[in-house]
Amino acid sequence: MHDTKIIDQLSDLVSSFICYAGSHLPDDVDAKLKEMAKIETEGFAPTIYKAMADNMELADKLGRPSCQDTGIIQFFAKVGTKFPYQDELPEALEQAVLKATERAPLRHNAVQVFDEINTGNNVGVRVPWIDWELVPDRDDIELYVYMAGGGCSLPGMAKVLMPLEGYEGIVRIIFDQMTSYGVNACPPVLLGVGIAGSAEVAAKLSKKALLRPVGSHNENPKAAMMEEELEKGLNELGLGPGGLSGKLSVMGVNIEQAARHPATLAVGISTACWAHRRACIKINPDFTYDFVTSKGVTL
Amino acid sequence: MSIWHLTTPVTDEDIEKIHIGDVIYLTGDITTGRDDVHHRVVVQGRECPVDLRGAAVFHAGPIMKKVSEDKWKCVAVGPTTSMRMEKAEKEFLAATGVKIVIGKGGMGPKTTEGCKESKAVHTIFPGGCAVVAAECIEDVAGVEWLDLGMPEAMWRFKAKEFGPLIVSIDCHGGNLIDNNKVTFNERKEKLVPEISEKVQFMH
Ligand code: SF4
Repeated sequence: MHDTKIIDQLSDLVSSFICYAGSHLPDDVDAKLKEMAKIETEGFAPTIYKAMADNMELADKLGRPSCQDTGIIQFFAKVGTKFPYQDELPEALEQAVLKATERAPLRHNAVQVFDEINTGNNVGVRVPWIDWELVPDRDDIELYVYMAGGGCSLPGMAKVLMPLEGYEGIVRIIFDQMTSYGVNACPPVLLGVGIAGSAEVAAKLSKKALLRPVGSHNENPKAAMMEEELEKGLNELGLGPGGLSGKLSVMGVNIEQAARHPATLAVGISTACWAHRRACIKINPDFTYDFVTSKGVTL
Repeated sequence: MSIWHLTTPVTDEDIEKIHIGDVIYLTGDITTGRDDVHHRVVVQGRECPVDLRGAAVFHAGPIMKKVSEDKWKCVAVGPTTSMRMEKAEKEFLAATGVKIVIGKGGMGPKTTEGCKESKAVHTIFPGGCAVVAAECIEDVAGVEWLDLGMPEAMWRFKAKEFGPLIVSIDCHGGNLIDNNKVTFNERKEKLVPEISEKVQFMH
């Protein structure tokens, strides 16, 4: 038997969390964009950066989603094995999406494949998409919500290279993707890259890379160097805000890896647009919480 | 670069004066229409339920809120990726008489041709700035094809000084984003080998 009171309580908290995430940028993204706006002083760039800043201010003031595309709701949950409400969690997350759809309000974005019908409530087959991880010896959960918009999901791809194509093959794919689809993905983007032995692992890691803060680096020094080189190079492309050209293109590049098979070198790419609505909250068993990505905010 | 304040219906003469890189602020009729609307009008050949002559089509799927039985409010409406409509825009322009296309990112050679033939422009509204855009909408005059769902339906907006709309394709064959892409690709061909040098991790 699932405890409906707990489901209610948990889904209320998570729905407030989703609503807040839809109208505000996380601290790291906000700070990075302000820094970039100072550098982008020519052409259309200042106009676009000003529209972005005005937009975030209005979204906060009016309590509205900052972008109309509130995406497919994805959760990435790191669940402590001693968290007492594991049984209630899946239903609570789905309820939270239904509530947030009404409250925020979120755009209706779940289209059932084959039937081609929009469910009208953001819940559909395997949606909200939930990624579970177990964390031993903890009694709390760390929950990320990510709003996967259409424009910024379009550059997403995964490909299995042959090892002789090397890491330079990965560089080529990234640059090709950024000069084509990336232009339309509301740059400056945060680029997530996954490197692994098969397509689905690389793809998933590329999305998990986007959960990492802007400006953070991979622990492996070679990977960190590649992140920096890619960031520098992509900025030199000068996509500018909105792809209208400028001095910069990306907020950063985050790479995550898994050991590969000797015969494969798979790469996955995910992009997060400037409106990178990725939020993280830690919830304790007594429902007190720490809003990790928006310090000091109470829901 | 010129700045234009236009009111619908926009005429061929208005459009002829406009060049890529100009900025438009538009007052009047703006109707949303994206993938499914283009599919119905162009692929299925259905009659467009809104008279779009001289008006603007907005590649956008808004968040709408019903405030009474027949009245809606626009909560947020930013542009969506225009490139998705590339396949059908030329025919859509010819079929509807739309003069201004609003979206984000560029469109391709077929739309550039369409803008030339039908005397129209494609413009870019800053992506992700959906509340700024919603605040330029004074009234929601109605909705058509709501059976397509909230993002895909045709929402009829009355807008005031809607912009900045950066002209990316004009009716003279100019394409701003294509020009930019040429530059991006030139830079890319120089950068990729440089970075490749540095990531020789295979033993
Ligand atoms: S790419 Fe991002 S900011 Fe742009 S429309 Fe999509 S969700 Fe909004």
